[in-house]
Amino acid sequence: MNKALLEVSGLSMRFGGLLAVNGVSLTVREKEIVSVIGPNGAGKTTVFNCISGFYTPTEGTILFDGEQVQGLKGHKIARKGMVRTFQHVRLFKDMTVIENLLVAQHLQMNTNLLSGFFKTPSYRAAEDRAMQNAAFWLKKVNLLEMANREAGNLSYGQQRRLEIARCMVTHPRLLMLDEPAAGLNPNETKELDELICNLRDEFDVSILLIEHDMSLVMGISDQIAVINQGTPLASGTPAEVRDNPDVIKAYLGEA
Amino acid sequence: MLRVTNPMQEQFLYFVQQLLNGLTIGSTYALIAIGYTMVYGIIGMINFAHGEVYMIGTYIAFIVIAGLTYMGLESMPMIFMAALLVSMVVAATYGFSIERVAYRPLRGRTRLLALISAIGMSIFLQNFVRLFQGSRDIAIPTLISGGWTFGDASTFEASLSYMQVIIWVVTLITMAALTLFITRSKWGRACRACAQDLGMTNLLGINTNNIIALTFVVGAALAAVAGLLLGLYYGVVNPYIGFIAGLKAFTAAVLGGIGSIPGAMLGGILLGITEAMTSAYFSSEYKDVVAFSLLVLVLLFRPWGLLGKPEVEKI
Repeated sequence: MNKALLEVSGLSMRFGGLLAVNGVSLTVREKEIVSVIGPNGAGKTTVFNCISGFYTPTEGTILFDGEQVQGLKGHKIARKGMVRTFQHVRLFKDMTVIENLLVAQHLQMNTNLLSGFFKTPSYRAAEDRAMQNAAFWLKKVNLLEMANREAGNLSYGQQRRLEIARCMVTHPRLLMLDEPAAGLNPNETKELDELICNLRDEFDVSILLIEHDMSLVMGISDQIAVINQGTPLASGTPAEVRDNPDVIKAYLGEA
Repeated sequence: MLRVTNPMQEQFLYFVQQLLNGLTIGSTYALIAIGYTMVYGIIGMINFAHGEVYMIGTYIAFIVIAGLTYMGLESMPMIFMAALLVSMVVAATYGFSIERVAYRPLRGRTRLLALISAIGMSIFLQNFVRLFQGSRDIAIPTLISGGWTFGDASTFEASLSYMQVIIWVVTLITMAALTLFITRSKWGRACRACAQDLGMTNLLGINTNNIIALTFVVGAALAAVAGLLLGLYYGVVNPYIGFIAGLKAFTAAVLGGIGSIPGAMLGGILLGITEAMTSAYFSSEYKDVVAFSLLVLVLLFRPWGLLGKPEVEKI
């Protein structure tokens, strides 16, 4: 079994009187696809927000590669190799497609203000590398010919793919996708399915997924965690979860 | 020498003169306005202490000019460049410190808090300078004199001073450098990304606090450029010049569309020309009335300004 990359245990998040997440635990191992599912309002996105540093959890620990990361600022968590997307597309819509990918490589372009001002050879080299990396990922997600379009002008499916590319140019170890198939047609969902599996197999990245599309989740997940009203309901392989009576009850109601 | 007696031509020259004057003041408004607009673009806050940074820039420039002249340096370009560099660096330091001390601790709270803190900062800086420099006007001898004249001295003679040309040239170079910085460099790219989605930029691993500090530094340095230029143009400074200049530049930023850098440039120039025309064809006492009426009109009918985009509430 692979080494654990992300270990969340006893995670709780309280907003005033509302306990949105109550004692959720999850483990994502290296090169594994783990999905979090649950009915609407179950607290899936809140779990994501806690892990990615958007919220500071009320209780619980989050270990990334053995290090505690809960309460760290968003950019520190991202620098450790954890990047995410949101339920709603959050591209820099007024910037071009390629610029979206270059911004994400801000840190990899290890240059200071002055070298940028005078365009020193090392700065140019860094820019070239970033450009090549961006072009590589644009090709991977089939957007190369769109490179100089404004991101806001892409179709919805293209924007979704660009978001994934923007995460991947940072060379993450854990990719967190919040409902990546929302609003996609069946064809696009199938492409997404292939892309996600390919990311894991070819680029050794682990993936944590929130998704409503059951066919997608069941098809690609190694592990599934089900939460309902903020509390963990079940977890296990897709087959185990599918047959779990509690899960069926939460999704379909009492028979 | 060509004799001009045609009254049409005389009026034309008068008009051109106002245009030249307006362009001069307008380009300095534009320089200051950029500081307002960049900060607003990223953190949605009006930095009311920005006018004070401009005032401090003027003082620093005067101190450098006086000091170097006293030490016997005679080369005008050397003095000018030294004053420009030193006042930019010092003002940038002020910009950085103001953000660190007065705004960053309040980030994430209600916007009103930062606004009040900004007003407090403005009052503090004004009085701090008044304490150390006195409240009277301080004047310096003209550093750059002379110019060209057009037309007939017996009717109307339009003049264009070297100082005016220097103001245009320096402003143009500064704007060009800023545009390159914002559109081409990775730091400028990060600034634009922050302006669109601060939270997302942070989650891509960029320390957004540094980018915010950078916009304050850049804005303050540009205000110092304006401080030196206007200081030399008028020849005097006092601790209160920041207030009205700040208001004017703010108006320019809103006019062009707050958050938009080209908007700030356009707004500044338009405001400068409007003021010059008002002074010339009505009365200079109505100059400010017209400028601020323009602000009210823009806020009423086109709150997003000339080059801005209608605000979509950020989540």
